[in-house]
Amino acid sequence: MTVEPAPAYTPAKQKLERSLVTPEGVDLRIRLADAGERAGAFCLDIAIIVAVLISVTVVSALTGISTGSAEFVGVIWLLAFFILRVFYFTIFEMGARAATPGKRMLGIRVAARNGGRLTGEAIFARNATREIEVFLPLGFLASQGMDNLDGLIILAGFLWSGIFAFFPLFNRDRLRPGDVIAGTWVVKAPKRKLQKDIADDGEKALSNFQFTQSEIDAYGVHELHVLEGVLRSRDTDTMKQVAAQIRKKIGRPPSDHEADDQFLDAYYTALRKKLETKLLYGVRRKDKFDKG
Amino acid sequence: MTETPEDILLSSRRFRVEREADWRRLEDLLERVASRSARALTDEEMLELPRAYRATLSSLSVARATSLDQSMIDYLESLSTRAYYFIYGSRSTMSERITAFFKYGWPAAVRAIWRETLISAAITVAAAIVAFVLVMSDPDWFYSFMPEMFSDGRDPAASTEELRRTLYHEGDESGLSVFATFLFTHNARVALFAFALGFAFCLPTIFLLAYNGFILGAFVALFASRGLGYELGGWLLIHGATELFAIIIAGAAGLKIGWALANPGELTRLGAAAEATRKVSLAVIGVVVMLFIAGLLEGFGRQLITSDALRYLIAATTGGFWIAYFYMTGRREAP
Repeated sequence: MTVEPAPAYTPAKQKLERSLVTPEGVDLRIRLADAGERAGAFCLDIAIIVAVLISVTVVSALTGISTGSAEFVGVIWLLAFFILRVFYFTIFEMGARAATPGKRMLGIRVAARNGGRLTGEAIFARNATREIEVFLPLGFLASQGMDNLDGLIILAGFLWSGIFAFFPLFNRDRLRPGDVIAGTWVVKAPKRKLQKDIADDGEKALSNFQFTQSEIDAYGVHELHVLEGVLRSRDTDTMKQVAAQIRKKIGRPPSDHEADDQFLDAYYTALRKKLETKLLYGVRRKDKFDKG
Repeated sequence: MTETPEDILLSSRRFRVEREADWRRLEDLLERVASRSARALTDEEMLELPRAYRATLSSLSVARATSLDQSMIDYLESLSTRAYYFIYGSRSTMSERITAFFKYGWPAAVRAIWRETLISAAITVAAAIVAFVLVMSDPDWFYSFMPEMFSDGRDPAASTEELRRTLYHEGDESGLSVFATFLFTHNARVALFAFALGFAFCLPTIFLLAYNGFILGAFVALFASRGLGYELGGWLLIHGATELFAIIIAGAAGLKIGWALANPGELTRLGAAAEATRKVSLAVIGVVVMLFIAGLLEGFGRQLITSDALRYLIAATTGGFWIAYFYMTGRREAP
């Protein structure tokens, strides 16, 4: 019997999990960025571009006033806009982090779909189509909107960008048209800190507790992970409730000299020890309903 | 009292205590590389990185099989993934990429679509000839080819003298503003569309190239009918040698994609189009560069240089330069 990985993620999250087997033969199980993160990163990037444009405008306006040329301001503004629009995404994604500042803030990055090298061409290709997806219809709307408001043209423009904007929602890999072409996708690359092992305290606490075999047999891996989350949050109310529930389940009478956090730490450690021992024998008890 | 590994009850905890130093080391190396560049590390550290990566990866497989400390497994997954992307990803710096682009990538990409470039040029020239012949036979055709906003008073109703003046005098606009508006106008858009719309089985690309040719032909016909053909040539080609070439290459790139989509061969249709796009994308980056140069020539060169001979000289030099650059250099593959 093979050891199955922990069902640590809810099905909704599992939908975005992909296997990436390294040449060393380990599956990294990468997770794709969801639509919200993609949209959020894009909005952040646009906000940064707009902020830069505004400061360019202010600076060039100040110098423009001193030289007395309004045209100069306009020209500088147009050039800045052109450069940002063409190079912002590409330059940042070509860096070591393969992410724009917006993506970096949300802990996501661009990667090649085949797991290989992310080439400069791919990055250019995925951002060149952004031109057709976003900037051209918007620019078109802006130029049309001013002189003659042709309702049909505006509608067509909105439909056009709408189709592209929602495109990632209609394929399972959350690909933008640019990703499809370039052979890239956007994955989560969060920086996680190595947190303290709950069992550090638990082992100490365990010396003050005695659990019988049947008391420890009450739960599986899923409950262990939930308990780990509770213990990490250290929220007194939740811990009190959870402790009460566990005591009820394992039939252990509540007692006054038994602190809830001590009890939970100890029970966590005892449960983990038991389940990990089973793991070594190739048995993974999924949850409390799993009698295997 | 300090804990020794033997005192530890849980084997997964003992495992962590023993291996943690490796993980911390990898994290530290990655952190430094990401914040600056690969040069932030010494040679020894550079060699240490793959070792620390493999140690961490092995920890991950062990942890998955034997540990139930979810936060540790999450940490190892995220750390291994980050290291994987660094080790197997691209490590070239921006300046290396830019040098490689100008030395090999760009000319090679343009050379690779020479067939499409010929077709694209042929479409433009054919359309120009058609428009030329039609406008020469009946000047009213001019209005069917030329949207009013582009002609800007240069139409058959204008006197020869007025037409001549437009060739040597740009009005009160400064070179910079001509350049800036250029970036947002007609040509840049035609070029990008010709590339991007190649997707629809080449048809929009062909249409756009023809449309561009029509405008060109109609323009030439108008000026030629007033005996200003030679003068117009200088006015047009000083930047046109670069700009028309750029549009033709963009069109060629579009044709390549459309063709791949229509005739995918052994690949899937989408896969073939994606493959073709990746191949031509360097050529299209080059198109942006060419349009930029064309904009400078149009904005400044044409303002400052009003001698026809000099304009032709610049046109011939730039045109010759592009041909020599694309088809004679960078034959050696990138190292």
